[in-house]
Amino acid sequence: MSDTKTLTSATPRTTPAPAPVRSRRSGSRRLEELTKVLFVVPAALAIVALFGYPVVKNVVMGFQDYGLKTFFTGQAPFVGLSNYLAVVSDDVFSKAVVNTALFTLGSIVGQFVIGMLLALFFHRSFPLNGVLRALFLLPWLLPLIVGSAAWRAILEQDSGILNVTLENLGVISTPVPWLTSPQVALVAIILVNVWLGIPFNLTLLYSGLQDIPDELYEAGALDGATGWKAFWSITWPNLRAVVSVVLMLGVIYTLKVLDIILGLTQGGPANATQTIALQSYQRSFVEFKFGQGAALSNILIVISLVFAVIYLRANRRQVDE
Amino acid sequence: MITKRLAAIAALATLAPLTLAACGGSTSGSAGGSSSATVDSLKVLDYYTDEPGKTQIGDMLTACGTSIGVPKIDREVVPGPTLIQKVLQQASSKSLPDVLMLDNPDIQQIADTGALAPLGDYGITADGYAPGPVAAATSGGKLYGLQPGANTIAIFYRKDVLAKAGVKPPTTWAELRTDAKKLTVGKQYGFAFNATADYEGAWQFLPPMWSNGGDETDLKSPQVAGALQLWKDLVDDGSASKSVVNWKQSDVNDQFIAGNAAMMLNGPWQEPALDKANVDYGVVPFPVDQAGQTSVAPLGGEAWTVPMTGDQARMSKAAELVRCMNSDANQLLRAKQGGLVPTKLALASQFKQEVPAMAGFTDAVAGARARTGKLGATWPDTAKIIYTGVQLVLTGQAAPADAMAKAGA
Repeated sequence: MSDTKTLTSATPRTTPAPAPVRSRRSGSRRLEELTKVLFVVPAALAIVALFGYPVVKNVVMGFQDYGLKTFFTGQAPFVGLSNYLAVVSDDVFSKAVVNTALFTLGSIVGQFVIGMLLALFFHRSFPLNGVLRALFLLPWLLPLIVGSAAWRAILEQDSGILNVTLENLGVISTPVPWLTSPQVALVAIILVNVWLGIPFNLTLLYSGLQDIPDELYEAGALDGATGWKAFWSITWPNLRAVVSVVLMLGVIYTLKVLDIILGLTQGGPANATQTIALQSYQRSFVEFKFGQGAALSNILIVISLVFAVIYLRANRRQVDE
Repeated sequence: MITKRLAAIAALATLAPLTLAACGGSTSGSAGGSSSATVDSLKVLDYYTDEPGKTQIGDMLTACGTSIGVPKIDREVVPGPTLIQKVLQQASSKSLPDVLMLDNPDIQQIADTGALAPLGDYGITADGYAPGPVAAATSGGKLYGLQPGANTIAIFYRKDVLAKAGVKPPTTWAELRTDAKKLTVGKQYGFAFNATADYEGAWQFLPPMWSNGGDETDLKSPQVAGALQLWKDLVDDGSASKSVVNWKQSDVNDQFIAGNAAMMLNGPWQEPALDKANVDYGVVPFPVDQAGQTSVAPLGGEAWTVPMTGDQARMSKAAELVRCMNSDANQLLRAKQGGLVPTKLALASQFKQEVPAMAGFTDAVAGARARTGKLGATWPDTAKIIYTGVQLVLTGQAAPADAMAKAGA
């Protein structure tokens, strides 16, 4: 593009150009517009097909009597709010809500604090740093079904290796009923989920730490900011964007955790580890009441959206600052 | 200008696969719609994923296919827990198999959706069958499935361990409690069962519940509470691990093999694993509370059904295949291969003579009760209440008398 061309392209606004030239120019602009649209279309179609359709379908299903019969007859009569009433009035629902909150909070706090400490630890250079850091990614590489089966064996009350070890060390005198007591099972499941979430937190926080320029620490050190002081006044403020992403994704991932609960307790003992996600799964794929399952997952989507909005607002404020 | 045009073409090109894919999707729906007089293949779906059963069933299907003039059986085998989901997918894409295997408690639910053809339309009846399998496969007075072999659960015991302790296999609940207590030594529990928060946990509670006169239509009855009390006593005595609330039947079997349990409640499908581990075991029916009661066991096993595919020629061949899979010879063969009991009552005595080891199960199956016999398609709702009630009792959250009410009965 030459300078003259840029100049002429600006002229049509003030002085009307000869007709043929304008049509050629507007034709090329239309082509340009079309090109832009065409480039967006595949992504838009993918979003509509992979995200839009399932979400809309799920919302609609929440208002339908969508059961086994629907698959054969294609009929799913609308039933208003009765699916929502059915799931919310179930005695287990309030328990599932409380458990979901405790599970999410406990998992996020545990994962984040441990992930942060490990990230800070690995940020220093020492021999075998890379090898050790890679080892911490192992939980991520293990298929969740294998992981939960292994944990079920580890947490077994009588012969599980955790209780045996703790007993031999003299930490406990009677075996801890990790998965068999309603008071302890949720804690056990949170522990396993923390173990699973550490690699995610560690990796993201570690990469965030690496983005903080060393000069900041050098300058800070000259002003007397070292150790904790350096963390609070240099590391933490610079890490805020990463932290908010980690926490937001962590909350959304944790809200929908299903596999490890299915693998460890199936919501038992006595519904002690029921969560909204598990309720949704069981209603849909065990009881085949897909309408009720959809209603529960819609509730879960709304809760996730609330956190997404909080994140976006916090992020915007940060950008404004 | 040329670059812009090229860019537009490039953008169009990226769209092409999407539109092509869309076209491809619309044509596949019509498969299987063609109706021809000769049927040269039948589609079969089942969940026998484990060997040797997988091959044995496959061979039997092929042999039956040949005998009815269908040279090719297109068989698909999916894991048990995903079978119904698979059927639902196939139903919505109009690609149901010609012959479908269903676990007996699922038949009525699927039949009620209109997906299955009544076998009476093809002249198939269940005359001479044990009442349990017929009840499970009947909905609205019509028969929808034929089950060649049945199983149930009973008490497995380690012969050597019981002999050493001078204990005989229990015939009453009191004996079960005292035996189990006597057999609890060190790491070894006297008894193991499954009380998980799923349908398996409900199924394992049925022997004590039914044998005690309890009924799924009245879960708040004292008879049901009595059965809950037995489960509670066994755990409170320390004769069964508190972990039973988290042990599936396969875990229970592992504990038994590992020597952590002297007796267990389990089914004959565990026998290959027990034999492989060289466990010296015996089997007796689940005991009763008081003399005079009869031990009632829940019916297990799968039936063959004919889905409504709309192709009459294929459906009538499919019905012939179902009939062949249930022939006297095949019932006996399948029973011997798969640790099952033939469902035709006339075959039972012959079977008992040929396989004396299965005598305990043969009697139990003749009187075995179908889970869906009384409640039909609503059985899963009740099963959920049952396993929740059992878990409430075993974790000390409720007393046996009001556990079922608390669980939603």
